[in-house]
Amino acid sequence: MRNDTILLEHGSGGRASRRLVEELLVPYLKNQVLERLDDHAEIEFEGTRLAFTTDSFVVDPIFFPGGDIGKLAVNGTVNDLAMGGAKPLFLSAGLILEEGLPVADLKRIMHSMAEATEKAKVHIVTGDTKVVAHGAADKIFINTAGVGLIPKGVALSGHRGEVGDRVLISGPIGEHGIAVMAQRSGLDFVASCKSDTAPLADLVAQMLNAYQGIHSLRDPTRGGLAATLNELAEQSRIRIEVEESAIPITESVESACELLGLDPLHLANEGVLVALVPAEGADLVLNAMRNHPLGHKAQIIGEVYSKKLPAVILRTQIGGKRVLAVPTGVQLPRIC
Amino acid sequence: MRFLHEFRDPQAAEVLVRRIRKVADSLGEIRFMEVCGTHTMSIYRYGIRRLLPPNIRILSGPGCPVCVTPNAFLDRAIALARLPNVTIATFGDMMRVPGSTSSLEREQARGCDIRVVYSPIDALRIAAQEQHRRLVFLGVGFETTAPALAATLLEARRTKVKNFSILSAAKVIPPAMQALLKDGPLRLSGFLCPGHVSTIIGSRPYEPLVNEHGIPCVIAGFEPLDILYGFLMLLEQVSEHRAEVEIAYRRAVRPEGNPKAKRVLKEVFIECDAQWRGIGRIEGSGLALPNTLEAHDASLIEVEVEPTYEVPGCICGLVLSGQRTPFECDLFAKECTPETPQGACMVSAEGTCAAAYCYGRIEEE
Amino acid sequence: MCLAVPMKVISIDDDHATCVIGGVEREVRLSLLPEVHVGEYVIVHAGYAIQILNEKEAQETLQLFADFQGDIGETG
Repeated sequence: MRNDTILLEHGSGGRASRRLVEELLVPYLKNQVLERLDDHAEIEFEGTRLAFTTDSFVVDPIFFPGGDIGKLAVNGTVNDLAMGGAKPLFLSAGLILEEGLPVADLKRIMHSMAEATEKAKVHIVTGDTKVVAHGAADKIFINTAGVGLIPKGVALSGHRGEVGDRVLISGPIGEHGIAVMAQRSGLDFVASCKSDTAPLADLVAQMLNAYQGIHSLRDPTRGGLAATLNELAEQSRIRIEVEESAIPITESVESACELLGLDPLHLANEGVLVALVPAEGADLVLNAMRNHPLGHKAQIIGEVYSKKLPAVILRTQIGGKRVLAVPTGVQLPRIC
Repeated sequence: MRFLHEFRDPQAAEVLVRRIRKVADSLGEIRFMEVCGTHTMSIYRYGIRRLLPPNIRILSGPGCPVCVTPNAFLDRAIALARLPNVTIATFGDMMRVPGSTSSLEREQARGCDIRVVYSPIDALRIAAQEQHRRLVFLGVGFETTAPALAATLLEARRTKVKNFSILSAAKVIPPAMQALLKDGPLRLSGFLCPGHVSTIIGSRPYEPLVNEHGIPCVIAGFEPLDILYGFLMLLEQVSEHRAEVEIAYRRAVRPEGNPKAKRVLKEVFIECDAQWRGIGRIEGSGLALPNTLEAHDASLIEVEVEPTYEVPGCICGLVLSGQRTPFECDLFAKECTPETPQGACMVSAEGTCAAAYCYGRIEEE
Repeated sequence: MCLAVPMKVISIDDDHATCVIGGVEREVRLSLLPEVHVGEYVIVHAGYAIQILNEKEAQETLQLFADFQGDIGETG
């Protein structure tokens, strides 16, 4: 750790976040389950495999096109469980409220969480609420933890990538990132982007139904597709090559990125997943995705080429090649 | 997105590359320099270097206004940020640039009021809305940005937003290009000239490079086809033993540039000498505010600035003047990474070193 | 330093314009250009239009690339 204070960058999902976790947090809490650093923990318990995960939500603004912090909190944890192949069952919700938060806003968020749990077919069975003085939190922070059951035969992990695996993505990138950025003052642009926040457990179930041998699933949240592909490359020690022109992206997101000088590969997604699938199962999984409402724009975007030095290479739109690096810093609009 | 997608067509790219290879084939070693951070980025982003034949070397010059901004400017901005009633507004590019001991990002973490905006107009709006705050806009940029700064200042004066001021680090690029040629033995075969700077200044300012130094100049846009076409035109000049200023980016650049923008610049800014990080003082390369605009000149705000400290071993200057590549710096990818930048070349999104680190290090197996 | 995008002007009010790129709209200042018309494309940098995009030149450049393609085809 090179800094003496925590910076925003440490939470942005890129290089600094990884260093914080790997160099400061994990060393204190050492254990084999944690050290796998998947988005979920897998615990074997009397013949049953449980998936267990936690996530905190501090998004600002708390209301944005397509959702709010409550919906995000439910879907985010459901998705972390889903990435482990688990059927999400029960969630907890811890609320930290800033003094002065309008009750109407809290009601809106609770309503949203209720809707999201219904859609995701989970229940929030326990919770906690704290209120802190004005200024000690930003309106509302939510932590959700979740448990789910992993069916027999399913073994998903970031460590399982193999040469020949195809890289699949379920939908267009950057929707959530742009939807949130459009709300920020000082940027003042109008785009029709809505957050793509959605529960992916059902999509995952369909994918596993079609082909149980999927190696890895990951949802590219903070840090975007670039961060996620690099995590998978690191965990499995693989070289992944991705075709830029195959990555689905909507015109709105692409244009907003051009305008602000943002890289869509670094933007957060909340309703998209990436899969590493052995070649023999790739088309089966792709079809299953395309037959699901949350995967109808799914694409095969790349392949795992070797298993030595972890790297993610992008074949560019015009046929060039370049490294797709782990994002650094917080995504900020640029003029340069 | 019209006028963008068409200039990214892969088939046209392939054709341009083949044509480039054909022309370059009979020529020896070719060294072209681009002097615009956006060109640096675009070349890396699209993987253009590896498409070009091996006898063409592309050097990156001092075209990133963030990279060439000296520590002293950052230190002054930070000192201002620490004043109780000051709000700093800045382009996002400046947030992570290291000053002597801190950065705007760190100061924001410590509670200073620092806000990222997309346009100086957004900063003016904040100033108008928060009249109890003194708003200082960090005016970093070349001739593409300077007119926007100038126009915003004129609007501030016209609408009497007294609490709006600019700390100018604005620079002009042709003197720097000249200075590069006076210094080391760069042996350049040509300059790829900055497309949007040229939108403002036109093609005439590059003529001394041709007339006094015989170096071919082609003004190019930023899409991959624009860049490839620019290189092709440069190669054709070299192959035909010509040295001229040509415009490849004809949809956006006219020989006379943008006369109205040039007038606005002249109305607001005065020419001054400027310090370029790593290169030193270049005569007539800076833009400063005149006495008539002192009410909006943040450089006149009294504040104590810490002594400047430059990192030893950092060869940003040599990288910025194209004499070394990032890979030749001892600190590159070791102490100096995008996460822990030692110099501006690494921290700016368009910095030569940042681009090399993030996009350029492909290890073949 | 040259991050600027081509945007279409969809409405003008004095020296303010609303411009659009791929469905994304933003307010743009026209104070650096003499005369702009709705429907024209402008190059926008840091919230200001810095030049009117010359559509004819754009088409000619693209045509040039297409002609190059033809040349290569002929020589095989």
